[in-house]
Amino acid sequence: MDRVILHSDMNNCYASIELLHHPKLRGHPIAVGGDPEARHGIVLAKDQIAKKAGVKTGMALWQARQVCPEIIFVPPHMDLYLRFSKLAREIYADYTDQQEPFGLDECWLDVTHSGSYKGDGMTIAKEISSRIKYELGVTVSIGVSWNKIFAKLGSDYKKPDAITAITKDNFHQIAWPLPVGDLLYVGRATQKKLNLYGIRTIGQLAQTDPELLHRWLGKMGLVLHMFANGEDQTPVAVEDYHAPIKSIGNSTTTPRDLVSDTDVKIIVYALAESVSARLRENNFKCRVVEISVRDSDLYSFTRQHKMSAPTDLTTEIAENAMKLFHDNYRWRKPIRSVGVRACDLVEADCPVQLDLFIDENKRERLHKMDMTVDVIRRRFGYESIQRGLMYQDRLLSKLNAKDDHTVHPRGYFADGNQTGVDLLKVSG
Amino acid sequence: MDESRIYVQVTADFMLDGYLRPKCIIWEDGQKFEIDRITDCRRAASLKAGGAGIRYTCMICGREHYLFYEENYKWFVEAKNS
Repeated sequence: MDRVILHSDMNNCYASIELLHHPKLRGHPIAVGGDPEARHGIVLAKDQIAKKAGVKTGMALWQARQVCPEIIFVPPHMDLYLRFSKLAREIYADYTDQQEPFGLDECWLDVTHSGSYKGDGMTIAKEISSRIKYELGVTVSIGVSWNKIFAKLGSDYKKPDAITAITKDNFHQIAWPLPVGDLLYVGRATQKKLNLYGIRTIGQLAQTDPELLHRWLGKMGLVLHMFANGEDQTPVAVEDYHAPIKSIGNSTTTPRDLVSDTDVKIIVYALAESVSARLRENNFKCRVVEISVRDSDLYSFTRQHKMSAPTDLTTEIAENAMKLFHDNYRWRKPIRSVGVRACDLVEADCPVQLDLFIDENKRERLHKMDMTVDVIRRRFGYESIQRGLMYQDRLLSKLNAKDDHTVHPRGYFADGNQTGVDLLKVSG
Repeated sequence: MDESRIYVQVTADFMLDGYLRPKCIIWEDGQKFEIDRITDCRRAASLKAGGAGIRYTCMICGREHYLFYEENYKWFVEAKNS
């Protein structure tokens, strides 16, 4: 039996939610954008009117004003968007427990088994669409299909407030004439490559010999061939499923350019505190510390260091990060953003080979101290206890990396490649 | 924010069965309005006032009014002239 999969996409999510809360702005071009003062000055979302004027997501605010002079900028309210995302998921939950969010505003739903009492895919899509409009005051576009890829194509096909079914009878007419770049995982580079070979539409991709695609693009070529033919078998994850954590990291664009070692130290320690607290929270230790640095010319690099023993200590992570930084940065340019990441994770209680030359008693004491700080912060708030270092510059140290967490879509293959591509037999 | 959404003070009961039942609205100037009857309660958005939450359809002094609970411990009503 074919699966019934819905992909629901909130139209201009952030902008719609802002418009709902500011009825007076309706009918004006608006863009939700970061705070230019804190240097996060880009367009995060725009409404239909601004979109028509040529405003694009990711533009700097001043660029947006150039293409659309009467545009109104609204600062983002992440808590509000999270609330609406949660409310939408509560509605989806009335229809299936197999719902997999893709970012804040998109979600796949597998409603195959709800058919007997909720109706077919189209009926459920209509019901969800009208409930979201009525209960949340925003609109969604929904794609209905038998696989996740075409469901997503369907939700992108017509916007806003539309439902598109891509069935086995009509996908030749609906999906195949679309440009190949509309397909998930055909980015700018892949699209350029495919165009070079004369493949411009999804249909052309679908009809290309998979062996050729394999030769051009490697395994991804086979995956894309399956995507284009609607043969993707990736399941919709069950609600509240969390992928196994592979690494834990935080990064930040700082409120002002960093110009000295002390500046970097403040940020690195703040990030290391967050990373190590999250390691402890999830009962992990890391064996590799990684830093990423981006200078004011947007040139960036990452460097890794393997530690002698797994750790979740703030000081060890921060010291190793700082060492990496000293070894690799020559201060030719001021720095714009810094990141710290803990990789190669092991369970916190895994057996460790002790080292004669490392003072384990001291490490034990440091661990106890970190845990105590965690408890104090949990009870009295992040700012209740801080390092003296943070008082060197209150502007920089204002950052609370752990709780100011960002949201971004999980990769389609985060749980491994489940498309079924391995079942294909291709010679060569 | 927008003056079409008016936040109000509300006295409400937590009922034995878990329901939250607003009893009276207290206006900015201290005027009290008893809610005589709640005829409907559902999740809804208010396009007029701008917002969304649990919407109580309340009878106050013989007239129907919408009262929204935003689930952040704040209640609002729609302004008349908007």
